[in-house]
Amino acid sequence: MTALAEGVAGAGSVEPPAPVRPVRRRGGWRVAVLVVLGLYFAIPLAASTWFTVRDRGAGGFTAEHYAGIPGAEGFAAAFGRSLALGALTVGLALLLMVPTIVLVELRLPRLRTTVELLTLMPLVVPPIALVVGVRSVLAWAPEHFYGTPVAEAMFALQEPALPWILVLVYVVLALPFVYRALDAGVRGADLRTLTEAARNLGASWPRVLVSVVLPVLRTSVLNASFLAFALVLGEYTVAAILGFETFPTWIVRISGSQPQLSVAVSVLSLVVTWGLLLLISALDRRRRIEETS
Amino acid sequence: MTTVPTTTSHGPTGAAAADLRSRPGTPVRLEGLTRRYGPVVALDGLDLEIAGGELLALLGPSGCGKTTALRAIAGFDRPDSGRVLLDDRDITGVPASKRDMGMVFQAYSLFPNLTVAENVAFGLRVRRRARSERAGRAAELLELVGLADRGKRYPHQLSGGQQQRVALARALAVAPQVLLLDEPLSALDAQVRVQLREEIRRIQLELGITTVFVTHDQAEALSVADRVGVMRAGRLEQVASPDELYERPATAFVAEFVGTMNRVPAILTGGAVELLGTRRPVTGATPAGGPVVALVRPESLVVAADPAGRGRVVTRTFSGASTRVLVALPDGVEVRIDVASADSQLLTPGAPVGVTPADRPVLVAPAEPA
Repeated sequence: MTALAEGVAGAGSVEPPAPVRPVRRRGGWRVAVLVVLGLYFAIPLAASTWFTVRDRGAGGFTAEHYAGIPGAEGFAAAFGRSLALGALTVGLALLLMVPTIVLVELRLPRLRTTVELLTLMPLVVPPIALVVGVRSVLAWAPEHFYGTPVAEAMFALQEPALPWILVLVYVVLALPFVYRALDAGVRGADLRTLTEAARNLGASWPRVLVSVVLPVLRTSVLNASFLAFALVLGEYTVAAILGFETFPTWIVRISGSQPQLSVAVSVLSLVVTWGLLLLISALDRRRRIEETS
Repeated sequence: MTTVPTTTSHGPTGAAAADLRSRPGTPVRLEGLTRRYGPVVALDGLDLEIAGGELLALLGPSGCGKTTALRAIAGFDRPDSGRVLLDDRDITGVPASKRDMGMVFQAYSLFPNLTVAENVAFGLRVRRRARSERAGRAAELLELVGLADRGKRYPHQLSGGQQQRVALARALAVAPQVLLLDEPLSALDAQVRVQLREEIRRIQLELGITTVFVTHDQAEALSVADRVGVMRAGRLEQVASPDELYERPATAFVAEFVGTMNRVPAILTGGAVELLGTRRPVTGATPAGGPVVALVRPESLVVAADPAGRGRVVTRTFSGASTRVLVALPDGVEVRIDVASADSQLLTPGAPVGVTPADRPVLVAPAEPA
């Protein structure tokens, strides 16, 4: 996830490092590295795919496990919940980080390192530590604040249909990726001059954010959203330990009774995620080509 | 060239001041502006008066405070003390978005997601003007800067010079009371720079808009401004018309910053200097008698081929009508001298020459400690 995240975050910058192009040289080890790397990713994928399309009864191939996904028990609820959690996480993370990053860039550049370190914390603190802490608070608080709105709020956060507590935890987990993606965009654009130009022309601060900053950071906002969304769609530990059913925990639950279906879902979600990733970098590349033409 | 009185300490009062003042345009006054960044004093009690309709250039080396002064006028930088007055109204506390000033920045500042015409109309859109009015005004201003046919392009499809023209059109579209130019030409190449500065001057005169032009390029300042303010360490050294600045610099700093200046050792005695074997009267501030440095323009020295001369030609640089000759004098002093190209045939490298100062008063500075 981290390597992927860094790759996508880099795509948001306006001046990315020179693209690595295949150079025709007789460096055999380059090919070797590529082959090893390719196999490392391809073998598990191919094996998973093979497992899902092989018809164990009649022999040959079948698409039955894929066709059965939409109607599978619990799929719609779990998947829908994960999509909602993803959307909420993206919204909240952006609402929190876009103004923060703009503020740091324009007004408090000395705080940049501090903010960067803070947003890295979720990578250093293992999710398991985070979630155990969250669980302790969730267990302790309602009792301690019994009969007060705090306790009510704690219960509301844990509503199984849409557990907001997961959104809050996911926002924290997504911070490193969201920050990096947005920061790349901010560094690539001369935000200070653009905002000053807009202020000079009479624009209020909210107007500057909406009409100038967001369009300039469009690609990085897209990248940040994608990363946060992908993280939510794949997060297992926190959801499982707090006892909520999300898309990943559902996959694990049904893997016992319907192993081929669960793997089919995994493969499909991987393909969809990958497709989205390619789409974003294609959009970004097209924009860059337009800009340099 | 006209001269306008400023604060009591800067610039003489000229009779021509009245005609500048009578132009439409809003006067701007800075009173005792001070701004510190930690230990660095960017503005040190700056006083400056800019007449309505005047183009005033702020000139100085980097770090002299000229951009800070401009940003204080624009409202991007709050001075620690002092006031900014627009038409005698104190606007020191007014936010940048409510100051009604147009600014062109050094860096390219067009909004990349908007077309050229949308960029120009941005200020009008913020002011909720009707679509037809915005389009009409944008077209009018693009016409003014000579880019009438580029309205539908995007900024990245324009050259640097074109982008700065659009930035100028955008700044003018809201009909601001004051135009602020923060080194708008320094990112451009030499030819475009000269062309665009002339165009800025033409448009400024056409609109009669009060304009402050910050630059570190003295040629730029001298060629377009009504008056030039030379800044150093957060203060104004001198505010004067370009020719006065060149002919009668008030201080040695101004003398050396504006134009080319030779430093020639001389002896000061009784109000005159012994300079290159001649005696010349002294002008400007006079240090104590004894060894001094005479500040002499390249065109104020006369060079002639002379087999008995004590100077030697080092190089000769042809530049059209005039030729600049670098001459080494005894004691390791080198001076640059401009001569008419037609008279420079004998001044080949190595040729012995005699150098004498032209017959006019000389500006002197204290001798540098050895």
